[in-house]
Amino acid sequence: MTATPDSRPPRWGIRFTGDAVRHSTLPLCTAAVPGILRVPLQQHIGHRTVPLVAAGERVLKGQPLGAVRDQTLGARVHAPSSGVVRGLENLTAPGRPATPAVVIETDGADEVWPGYPAHAKPLRLATSALRQAVIEAGIVGLGGAAFPAGLKLNKGGGVDTLILNGAECEPCINCDAALLQADPQRVLLGAQIMLRILEADVCLVAVKQGMDAAAAALAGAIEQVGDDRLRLVTVPPVYPVGGEAQLINVLTGREIPAGGLPWDSGAVCQNVATAAAVARFLTSGEPLISRIVTVTGAGVARPTNFDARIGTPVAALIAAAGGYVGRECRLIMGGAMMGVPLANDSQPVTKATNCFYVAAPTETTPRSPERPCIRCGDCATVCPVNLMPQLLLQSGRKNDFEQLEHLGLQSCIECGACDYVCPSRIPLTQQFAANKQALWERARERRQAEQAERRFSAREARLAAAAAERTAALNSQTEAPEAALAELLKRVENGNDRTTKDPDTADKG
Amino acid sequence: MLGGLALLIGLAVWLADTRLPQQSESPAERVNQLLPQSQCGQCGYPGCRPYAEAIIAGDADIDQCAPGGDRTVTALANLLGRAAVGVNPVYGSPGPAQVAVINDSACIGCTLCIAACPVDAIVGAAQHAHTVLRDECTGCELCIPPCPVDCIALRLRLPQRVAA
Repeated sequence: MTATPDSRPPRWGIRFTGDAVRHSTLPLCTAAVPGILRVPLQQHIGHRTVPLVAAGERVLKGQPLGAVRDQTLGARVHAPSSGVVRGLENLTAPGRPATPAVVIETDGADEVWPGYPAHAKPLRLATSALRQAVIEAGIVGLGGAAFPAGLKLNKGGGVDTLILNGAECEPCINCDAALLQADPQRVLLGAQIMLRILEADVCLVAVKQGMDAAAAALAGAIEQVGDDRLRLVTVPPVYPVGGEAQLINVLTGREIPAGGLPWDSGAVCQNVATAAAVARFLTSGEPLISRIVTVTGAGVARPTNFDARIGTPVAALIAAAGGYVGRECRLIMGGAMMGVPLANDSQPVTKATNCFYVAAPTETTPRSPERPCIRCGDCATVCPVNLMPQLLLQSGRKNDFEQLEHLGLQSCIECGACDYVCPSRIPLTQQFAANKQALWERARERRQAEQAERRFSAREARLAAAAAERTAALNSQTEAPEAALAELLKRVENGNDRTTKDPDTADKG
Repeated sequence: MLGGLALLIGLAVWLADTRLPQQSESPAERVNQLLPQSQCGQCGYPGCRPYAEAIIAGDADIDQCAPGGDRTVTALANLLGRAAVGVNPVYGSPGPAQVAVINDSACIGCTLCIAACPVDAIVGAAQHAHTVLRDECTGCELCIPPCPVDCIALRLRLPQRVAA
């Protein structure tokens, strides 16, 4: 079914004009496997993986490099190509703690690890086997948040709608459009697998208005598959409609409660690339070792979408895209709205990287000085989570954390829409990010204090009990020395002299 | 008419008094909840709860908690309706969060630090090297004086983040 039940345009958000929307889908190329791959052991939300390989060891393409202990929050990491492990290296990325990365010197053979089976008909597998496969393959949400995908499919009932997000949150990023154009079949197979795991009734594949080529490819593929649970929907080109909660809201009208999880609304949202990765693993046995990355911006010669192996350095991709234009370029990891600037181009592609934006000097204007808030309320109008940034700004500057919590700061998705519209050029998101971190830190301190208090009172109780026991024992001894003596004599008389050797036991007896 | 109004208001007050949730925690408990629970004894009391009780009893000032820092003093001042002050330097100076680390090659396994730890954050057996449970340690420094070989040091507790 290819009808498009167009959703009502949301009242929030930004409608970009000009260059940002004119960018059509860039060509898709497969990036060459570089000589050195640096694969971080943590590329996901959750716990760091434990390395499974040692320096000097030869690894094959798809072999596990790191795994999380038990079934905790996390995802396996696999070797993107065959080669020799050089060792571990500490990798620092902006805004994150340093994580160790496995450095692999590739041998060019790209020899495949035979450990994962390929299934000709993955839809015939049992649900539990499918769910296990998603966890094994180290698949995380490829939209950018990198939440382990297996856990998100683990709801166990209560989900009626699967949403595949192909709407691209940010302008200029079009890795999802490129995938939908190149391989819509794989995405749809992934959708069918996820529908089976979730036992959901319908799958909405969302694309943004203006993604015509991708929509056409997808519509054709849906026709071919002939599964009437799959539906193509278009959403208005409003930033940030590609955010998970925003997309669910626009498509289903449901709100995710503050502090709640998206699946509380009965809908699960996955990126189209995540679905494709699931399908790829089940049909070929290849875990998540590559992804599509958009390399764009006026600072790069030929903007391109690359199908790149995880661990490929940015520099290699930019070289493949024709190199930098001019010298004063600014490199941003992620999109133009939410991306973080990189200090150099040695950063590797991770499962979470959807875009590298190379801004030319003409694209970055020096930030004009901040002026006082004039309370115009524009920020509250565009906020996709209905916060009031102007009030958050005041409370944040006063470090009034109770008020920040009351105003719902923790729901801020840091989309930057308020910054974009602010006529006074106040860096709101920057302050909110810092405030959120501080709130989080306070909550952690509170938890730690409660834990320490529990342990302290448990210890007090234990010591008091031990002291009471000792006093009781002492009292019983001093009160009835005759009785103890009589018992001791009786034992000696009975010829059981073993107990007399142990004065402790004798005393207590 | 006026009497009727008074009766009505009286009834409403009585209802509110009986139906609305009462403040169930004792004042000392509410003070205790604002303290950092490091149980370090730097305030001169053997733990956070005794200090909280002393504050309520009027025996202690609110500015004696060094690990809590000025933020804790301000929170206490807000709760108790007193003037906000800084931490009294007599009781130590506030600093970043710390965690104890045992140099296990120097540790002789005497168990003295285990007995000193107020939150049972040190594990080990006699004649075997001890170790600190990082997540449980409050950085109270109470394990340092008893150590006969000076093998315990305090390190900065680096911020941890679960998110990638």
